[in-house]
Amino acid sequence: MKVKYFAWVRERIGKEEETIEPPADVRTVGDLIDWLARRDESYAYAFETPLVIRAAIDHAHVRPDATISGAREIAFFPPMTGG
Amino acid sequence: MTTAVTIRIQEADFDVAREIAALTQSRKDIGAVVSFSGICRDSEGGAPISALTLEHYQGMAEAEIARHAETAMSRWPLNGLTVIHRVGRIMPGENIVLVLTASAHRQAAFEAAEFLMDYLKTNAPFWKREESAKGTSWIEARDHDDAAAARWTKS
Repeated sequence: MKVKYFAWVRERIGKEEETIEPPADVRTVGDLIDWLARRDESYAYAFETPLVIRAAIDHAHVRPDATISGAREIAFFPPMTGG
Repeated sequence: MTTAVTIRIQEADFDVAREIAALTQSRKDIGAVVSFSGICRDSEGGAPISALTLEHYQGMAEAEIARHAETAMSRWPLNGLTVIHRVGRIMPGENIVLVLTASAHRQAAFEAAEFLMDYLKTNAPFWKREESAKGTSWIEARDHDDAAAARWTKS
């Protein structure tokens, strides 16, 4: 699946998007955050406060307990500040 | 009733008068147009800033605004609705966002414009980064914006 990062999440990780293949036991958005945070120190820094991180699956907001099964694109970003 | 919907995300500035004219031209069923413009200030939290840079999630930003436009049209009798959000680097005094709502009467237009702005602030994937003498930093979300959006889900 494709993963996209925005704002300071993107800056901390150092990339805009990537394709990942998480193991089968990574079932939810929250699981995916934990799995990504263990990759290296830049991911750990980006996801150091998981409660602040917002997520979207295929362009719709989701909660941490949402399943990632079937997702084409998952995005992680800070709380939004548009308008 | 047909509702004319315009949603645009663009780097270029917009002309408020031209957008209102486009919404109302050749129609005689519109009795009220409410216009909200969000403009870049020269300070944030009391500290001077020299510019803002707006980042967005292309695809989702359009989808999210369209979802809220649908909700607004289902809740209020709107004849037209325009949302324009700029992205990229914006200087103090320049436009950031425009919401126009048109209806037969003012109450629906006022309420729908406020609803759309409250949800744009908290749910549309845009992020502001400020430039100042100290460098650049991401603007933090505000709790009162969440509270403003939440009041539309009560009752």
